[in-house]
Amino acid sequence: MTATTEDEGSRRDFLFVATGAVGAVTAGAAVWPLIDQMNPSASVLALATIDIDVASLSEGQQLTVKWRGKPVFVRYRSPAEIEAARETPLDDLKDTVARSGNQPGADASDANRSLGENGEYVVMMGVCTHLGCVPLGQQGDYNGWFCPCHGSHYDTAGRIRKGPAPMNLFIPELAFDGSTITLLEEYKA
Amino acid sequence: MRTNRFILAAALAAAGLAGPVAAAEVETEITDKAFSFEGPFGVFDQAQLQRGYQIFNQVCASCHGMQYLAFRHLGAEDGPGFPEEQVKAFAEQHEFPREDDPEEMRPGAPFDHFPTPEYFGEGHPPDLSLIAKARAGFHGPIGTGINQLMKGTGGPEYIYSLMMGYHDTPECALDSDIGGYYNAAFAVGGYPEECLDEAGHRTVPGSWIAMPAQIYEGLVEYADGTPATADQYAEDISAFLMWAAEPKMMERKEAGLRNFIWLGVLAVLLYFVNKRIWKPVKGEDA
Amino acid sequence: MAGIPQEHYEPQTASEKWLHSRLPIVGMALDFMAFPTPKNLNWMWIWGVMLSVFLVIQIVTGIVLVMHYTPHVDYAFASVEHIMRDVNGGWLLRYVHSNGASFFFIAVYAHIFRGLFYGSYKAPREITWIIGILIYLAMMATAFMGYVLPWGQMSFWGATVITNLFSAIPLVGDSIVTWLWGGFSVDNPTLNRFFSLHYLVPFVIAGLTVVHIWAFHTTGNNNPTGVEVRRDSIDVVKKDTVPFHPFYTIKDMYALVLFLMLFVVFVFFMPNYLGHPDNYIEANPLATPAHIVPEWYFLPFYAMLRAITFDILFIDSKLGGVLAMFGAIALLALAPWLDTSRVRSGRYRPTFKLAFYGLVVDFFVLMWVGAMPAEQPYVIISQLATLYWFVYFLVILPVLGVIERPDAQPASIEAAFEAEHPKHAPAPGGAAATPAE
Repeated sequence: MTATTEDEGSRRDFLFVATGAVGAVTAGAAVWPLIDQMNPSASVLALATIDIDVASLSEGQQLTVKWRGKPVFVRYRSPAEIEAARETPLDDLKDTVARSGNQPGADASDANRSLGENGEYVVMMGVCTHLGCVPLGQQGDYNGWFCPCHGSHYDTAGRIRKGPAPMNLFIPELAFDGSTITLLEEYKA
Repeated sequence: MRTNRFILAAALAAAGLAGPVAAAEVETEITDKAFSFEGPFGVFDQAQLQRGYQIFNQVCASCHGMQYLAFRHLGAEDGPGFPEEQVKAFAEQHEFPREDDPEEMRPGAPFDHFPTPEYFGEGHPPDLSLIAKARAGFHGPIGTGINQLMKGTGGPEYIYSLMMGYHDTPECALDSDIGGYYNAAFAVGGYPEECLDEAGHRTVPGSWIAMPAQIYEGLVEYADGTPATADQYAEDISAFLMWAAEPKMMERKEAGLRNFIWLGVLAVLLYFVNKRIWKPVKGEDA
Repeated sequence: MAGIPQEHYEPQTASEKWLHSRLPIVGMALDFMAFPTPKNLNWMWIWGVMLSVFLVIQIVTGIVLVMHYTPHVDYAFASVEHIMRDVNGGWLLRYVHSNGASFFFIAVYAHIFRGLFYGSYKAPREITWIIGILIYLAMMATAFMGYVLPWGQMSFWGATVITNLFSAIPLVGDSIVTWLWGGFSVDNPTLNRFFSLHYLVPFVIAGLTVVHIWAFHTTGNNNPTGVEVRRDSIDVVKKDTVPFHPFYTIKDMYALVLFLMLFVVFVFFMPNYLGHPDNYIEANPLATPAHIVPEWYFLPFYAMLRAITFDILFIDSKLGGVLAMFGAIALLALAPWLDTSRVRSGRYRPTFKLAFYGLVVDFFVLMWVGAMPAEQPYVIISQLATLYWFVYFLVILPVLGVIERPDAQPASIEAAFEAEHPKHAPAPGGAAATPAE
C-alpha cells in the first residue's frame, strides 16, 4: 500500500517536472524569434561585403563608395603622391601602425597601406579617427586628406600627420585581384 | 493529368470561411497540377525552380518585373540554389545607376533587386513577385477553400492554366472585333457580346487577355535534358513564381511540423497533469 | 477586492511585512491566483484566458513588426515584403500577427456566445458585460485599421468602403469622412493615423481587460448552472469553488495548447487561408477589385449593413444599413436589461435554448451571406437573418423571460458538481482525496 503511494508520488513528480520543462522550452522557443528579428536582415547582410571595380579608375581619380553606411575612399595616386608618401620616414609619423585589416600588426609604411603593383591604389574608410567626420581629399598641409571639423591633416597614404586625430585612416580587410577590390570586414583598432 | 472545371469568381476571391463568391460567375478552366511543394510535407524541386528561372529570364522578364526579389535570393538553398558565381552573372546581365553618380551605370550585383523593364505596349504587365499569391486557382470543396492545407491557394495552377489556356478563338467570336487573345483560364478580361446567349450568360469559359501566348515547344533549351515542351515550361514557370511569391515556404512547413509535434507532446503532458490535479476534487479514478 | 470571501495572503517574514506595508503587490498577485472560482466551469470557460494570451501575442508580434514596417503609401507594401523575405523570422512574425487576429476573433465570438447562453450578462455582471462589448468594439477598430496597414488592394478598398459608412450620418457625414481621411480620399494621412491608432488601441484593450477582470472578480464568475457561489463563510465558499491556480491555470493551459495546435496549422500550413489574394496586389486608388469582401470576422455585421436595401420612413437605406449594423452591436450591450428571465443559465430554459441555437445558426448564416454578392436570393436571406437577430433581442429575450417555465435548478454549485462527479465515498468539504482501492 505504502509502496503504491510512493510510486504514485514519484510518477506524479516526474509528470510535473517533465511538463514544466517542456513548457519552459516552449516559452523560450517562442521568445527567440522576437529577439532574432533585431539582428541584421538578409538585405543588410547582402551589403556587408561589396565589390569595387578599380580597373576603370584613371590616375589621380578618387572614388567614394558607401559601404556599411560609411564612405570608403578609393584613390588612384599619381607617382608624385606615391613618392611623397614613400619618402616619409616612420619616425615622422604620429601613428606608426598600419591600421590595415589585412596586416593588423604591420608598421605604417606606405607599402603596407597601398595596393597595386607600384602601390598606386589606396583604399581607406573615409572616417576621421578623431570624431568621425568625413575628411576632404587632396587638401591639407600634406596634400592628402584634411578633416574640416577639427583640423586633422592626413598625408597621401592617409596617415595622420597633424591635428587631434589619434590614428591613421582605417583600411578595411579586403581582397584585391588586380581589377576588383572586395571589401570584407572593417578594421577595428 | 486531370482537368477539372472550377467556378472562379470574377475577383478570383474567396474569403476563407466566407464560402464561394458567386459575383458574376465566370467559368474558367483551371488544371489542378500536382506540384511537389503542395501539402504539409511539400518541398520545392530545385531543378524545376532553376528551369523556371530560365523561362522567367528568357521569356517573362522582357515585359514583367519582379521588384520584391533581389538576385541574391536566387542563391537560396531552399529555393533555386544557384551557385554564387551564377547569381553574380545573372545580376550582371542588368545595369543600375551608380550610387555616387546616378548618371552613370554600373553592372548589377547580387544585392540589386530585379528591375522593372520599360514597357512600350498598351497596359501594364503586372509585377510577378507575388503573382502566385495574388491569384487563386480554386476555392476548395463547396467554396470553403479548406483544401489549401493540401493543395495551396491554386496560384501556380492558375499560372499554369493561363499559360496553357490559349485555345483557338471560339466560333462565336470569329466575327467579333474584340481586342486581345482568347484564354480559357483568364477571368477578368474583355468578353465579346457575340458569345453571350439570349439570357446574357457566357457560352465559353475564360475571357480575352492582352498578353499573347508566350510559350511554345522548343522555345527554350534546358541544359538538364528535360523535355522542351510547352507543358513543361508552363509547369516550371508556375513553380518558380510560387517560390518567388513565398520564398520561405519550405522553412515554414518544416517549422510547422516541429511546432505541431512539440505542442502535441506538451498537450499530452498537460492532459495528464490536468487529470491528476482535478482527481481529488472530482473524486474519480483518474 | 470585495465579493467572495477568501483566505488572504499574510506576510510571514520581516522582509515580506516590510514590502507588504509599503506595496501589497505580492498579496495582490497571490490573492488573484487563489481567487475562488466555481469548480463546475466547463470547456466554454477557457476563452477568457485564450483572449488574454492572444492579446499578448498580438501586442508583442505587433511591436516587433513595427521595427521593420514603414507607414507610408510608397513604402508600406514593400516594407511588408521586406519583412516576409529578408527579416530574420519575419514571415513567421507576420503570419502569426495576421492569423492571430483571426484566432482572437474566434475566441471572442466563442466567449460572447458562451455569455449569451449562460446568462453571464445578467445582474450583477452588467458592467463586466458592457466592458466586454467595449473591448469587442475596440478589437474591431484595431483589426480594421491593422488590415489597412499592408496597403494592398483589399486594405485600400476596405478602408474606403468602411470609412464611407460615416457619410450616411445626416448633415455632418461628409465632414466626418473628410476628417477621418485627412484629405479627400484614403491616402497617406489616413494610413499614418490608422498606424498610430492601431498601435494605441490594443493598449486600451489591455486596460479594459483589467477592468473586465476586476469587475467579475468583484461579482464572482458565472458558471454553467448560473447559481451563485454561496458566500456565507470561507468554508462554505470552499464547497462551491476551487482556487484559480492550479486548477484553472492548468486546465486553461491545456486548452490553450490545443488551440495553439490549430493555430500552428493555419500559420505554418495555410497562412493565407483567412486572407485574400487581392491583398497581395499593391493598393491602386484607380482600380477597384471586382469583389470586395471584409475579413470573415466582420461578415455578420457587414451582411446586416447590406440587408437594408429599402428606405424606412425618412431614413434612407444607406443610413438604415449603418444603423442596423451598429444597432445589432448595441443590442448586445443592452442584453442585461432586455432579458427578463429570473433564471440565469440557458441550461434550465428549454425554450430559450432553441431560440439561442437559432441565434448561433443565424450568426453563421449572416457570416455566409455577408460574403455573397448583393443579389437575390442572398438579399432576402440576409434580411430574414437580420430580422431574427433583432427579434431575438427585442422580442424573444423580454417575452420569453415572462412566459417560459424553466426547469428546476440545482440547489448549489456543489450539488450540481457532485451529481456530475459521483464520489466513491462521501468526502466532507469536497476536497479530500479518495484513497486508492
